[in-house]
Amino acid sequence: MEFFVQQIASGMTSGAIYACVALGLVMIYVSTDHINFAQGEMAMFATYLAWAMIDAGVPYWVAFGSTILVAFFSGLLIQRVILKPLETAPVLALVVCFIALLSIFNALAGMIWSFTIKQFPSPFPRIDIFGNGLVSAQQIGVVAVTLVMLAILTVFFRYTTLGLAMRAAAQNATSARLMGVRVSWMLALGWGLASGIGAIAGMLVAPIVFLDPNMMTGILVYGFAGALVGGIANPLGAVAGGFIVGVLENLVGSYIIGNELKLSFALIMVVGVLLLKPAGIFGRVIVRRV
Amino acid sequence: MESILEVKGLSAWYGQSRALFDLDLTIAQGGVTALLGANGAGKTTSLRAICNMVRRTGSTVMDGTDIGRRSTEDIVRMGVAHVPEGRGTFVALTVEENLRLAFHIRRDRKAAERDMEKVFVYFPRLKERIHQQAGTLSGGEQQMLAVARALMLAPRLMLLDEPSFGLAPLIVQEIFRILRRINEDEKVSMLIVEQNAALALELADHVYLLETGKVVMSGPSAIVKDDETLRKAYLGY
Amino acid sequence: MAALARSWATKPGIGLVASVFWIGLAALPLIGSVWESPSFDYYMFMGQSMLIYAISVLGLNLLIGFNGQISLGHSAFFAVGAYTAAILMNFGGIPYWATLPVAAVVCFGAGFLFGFPALKLEGHYLALATFTLAIAVPQLLKHKSIAGWTGGVGGLLLDKPDPPFGLPLTADQWLYYLCLAVAMVLFWIVFNMLRGRSGRAMMAIRDHAMAAGTMGIDTALYKTATFGISAGITGVAGALSAITIAYVAPDSFTLQLSISFLVGLVVGGIASLPGCMIGGAFIVLVQNSSQSISDWMKDTFSLRYDVPAWAIYGTLLLLLMFFLPNGIAGGLAAIRSRLGRKS
Repeated sequence: MEFFVQQIASGMTSGAIYACVALGLVMIYVSTDHINFAQGEMAMFATYLAWAMIDAGVPYWVAFGSTILVAFFSGLLIQRVILKPLETAPVLALVVCFIALLSIFNALAGMIWSFTIKQFPSPFPRIDIFGNGLVSAQQIGVVAVTLVMLAILTVFFRYTTLGLAMRAAAQNATSARLMGVRVSWMLALGWGLASGIGAIAGMLVAPIVFLDPNMMTGILVYGFAGALVGGIANPLGAVAGGFIVGVLENLVGSYIIGNELKLSFALIMVVGVLLLKPAGIFGRVIVRRV
Repeated sequence: MESILEVKGLSAWYGQSRALFDLDLTIAQGGVTALLGANGAGKTTSLRAICNMVRRTGSTVMDGTDIGRRSTEDIVRMGVAHVPEGRGTFVALTVEENLRLAFHIRRDRKAAERDMEKVFVYFPRLKERIHQQAGTLSGGEQQMLAVARALMLAPRLMLLDEPSFGLAPLIVQEIFRILRRINEDEKVSMLIVEQNAALALELADHVYLLETGKVVMSGPSAIVKDDETLRKAYLGY
Repeated sequence: MAALARSWATKPGIGLVASVFWIGLAALPLIGSVWESPSFDYYMFMGQSMLIYAISVLGLNLLIGFNGQISLGHSAFFAVGAYTAAILMNFGGIPYWATLPVAAVVCFGAGFLFGFPALKLEGHYLALATFTLAIAVPQLLKHKSIAGWTGGVGGLLLDKPDPPFGLPLTADQWLYYLCLAVAMVLFWIVFNMLRGRSGRAMMAIRDHAMAAGTMGIDTALYKTATFGISAGITGVAGALSAITIAYVAPDSFTLQLSISFLVGLVVGGIASLPGCMIGGAFIVLVQNSSQSISDWMKDTFSLRYDVPAWAIYGTLLLLLMFFLPNGIAGGLAAIRSRLGRKS
């Protein structure tokens, strides 16, 4: 029973991180219909920036905030400079672009900071909350940060005019233009936000899995699975999906297939969801007109 | 009379096929101009071309400013509101959100709030459904919402693409009554595209008739309305 | 892009340039007999790698360039081919050349099976599914339940084959001829397939799937079959790599391998058969010179650590998408047509 609770707690923690990654993916997908394969590597790169700052003596939360800002502007820049010109290009060209970004970020991180594993500090104290080894402050902290971020984003999208403009641009670009919304800037903003969210995910997971350039590849796959399970066109669904995948992964890994097959499990989930319910648990199917 | 929009030699293309051939239009300030014609005559294309939504050549000058090279959203910000074919409703947003989107470009928040009240006076039905998801509104209500959205932009010129399309006659009459009020009370110039000629003639001051992308007739609607031969030859009734 | 494919589809035979090219390749090892260089065997090995990558890119190109699907997971099929060959040689005592057709069939089957779920996926979604496949495979290969066959993390060490019938060739020269022969056969098969009805059907599906369906083409069958054939071809390349390198290990078959195939495809030219050879050669050249490029960059930019091949691949892919989306073959074709117009 204890072990079960531990696995749930651990699953919720991983789930929080997958939820962040999934949210970033959904944000880009909803506004541009693209899947950002480079999401993981961008998050990893941002985490390295944070590490560099902390290593140079910057206090943790200052580094945390600055990294989010840098990630935000980088995401925005990437959309404007690299992706916007390829707006009308065929899917393959875009996929190649994302793969290119993936490679570049991964390589850059290795080039600048080497491929040896580094330790990343955690802002949460190393204590057990309930004193019986079930749930650590770290785990609660990760989930808490994720939920706070989600709350902020929900408020932004639901109650601010800019958030409304972004939603409108993502849903119906033509009508949005007819309301004076600068749709391409909204897309850039979406990218910026997605990058920022990715950076948060990276910084939350780095203390747990240690920082190295290949840190996010597996996590990205789980983020995909979470986004698909919850509904790739549905931000809240993606978040729920992330948590579901996190808990499932831990339970299945512990009780059924063992931890060495986790990625295969992710593969089965991804393919399974794509085949059985491509819109996800909470998504709506969009019909494609000829 | 002063014109709010001068269109000269406007041509438009969908890919390689040409849809408009050197159109000349003058939209009078404060008035209502109708663009009539059968299906495929190029009416919708004309509105799209004015808003730079399709590839086009020629000159479009609004209040002395050439808007030919501006993006659609910039043209909107200059005071042109386009109520598109099919209404263009944001189906996943609520009625209120559809309207509040205009706040994104309105500088004066207080004026925008006042406009919101005004819009509900024009369209009390929308106020009843204010928190409803726009996609669940009836066709007539969505048309009203589209006009209301355009109004929220505080436009100087409103382009309307077949506002009567697919609507019951009573609703259409109601909408056209409201359009007249908007034109007179808000001093919004209008360019209306319609297949229903009788309806448009009632509302409009000036009429253009399009046929396969060219203007074949132009004149004050009063004359067209009263001249039987002209009406029968061009408008079929 | 379609024009590139169709220009040779109507002319009979393979043309002068192609003939000269293949004969030239066949003659290369004979230079070694004349030019007594100790590193000649290494060049032979490089030649083998180029051919192996060219074949892999051929498989990928069939799927992406000629059938309009997408795959980031061909490293998985390469791995299956490699391990099939390795296991057969190691545990079954099967001679190396006999493993090739088996690898082809096994990988065809794997590809065909994957093709079924792939039917429902398109564009980004298919890229996503194959991306996940590529990432899952190395971990799967390391799993202890099959480690008895696969050699687990350490992989399998194999014997490098000797030239048969006591031919006066070194092992590397012989393997070069093996790779060349396999490449010629596969390119010939694909070349003919693309010129015939199947090829036209594949390309019709690529250009407008719905229209192709209404014309009576069984799109589902063609798409899954193409996936299978594409996987089979890349699988043969995998088998060849197991034979020539004499070693297989899970970490040789990562996402990075899939990405190198993609780079080769894009550099050479999508939907271009000569492009596959260019792409294959390119991949090997980059791999071999990445150390020197890295050293140069370290000196010029005062970097502290090595520049991995990734960075070069990535930057190149981006630049290509912007400036040369049809790859080198496309660029050459464009130059040729421009010269043709001038005269």
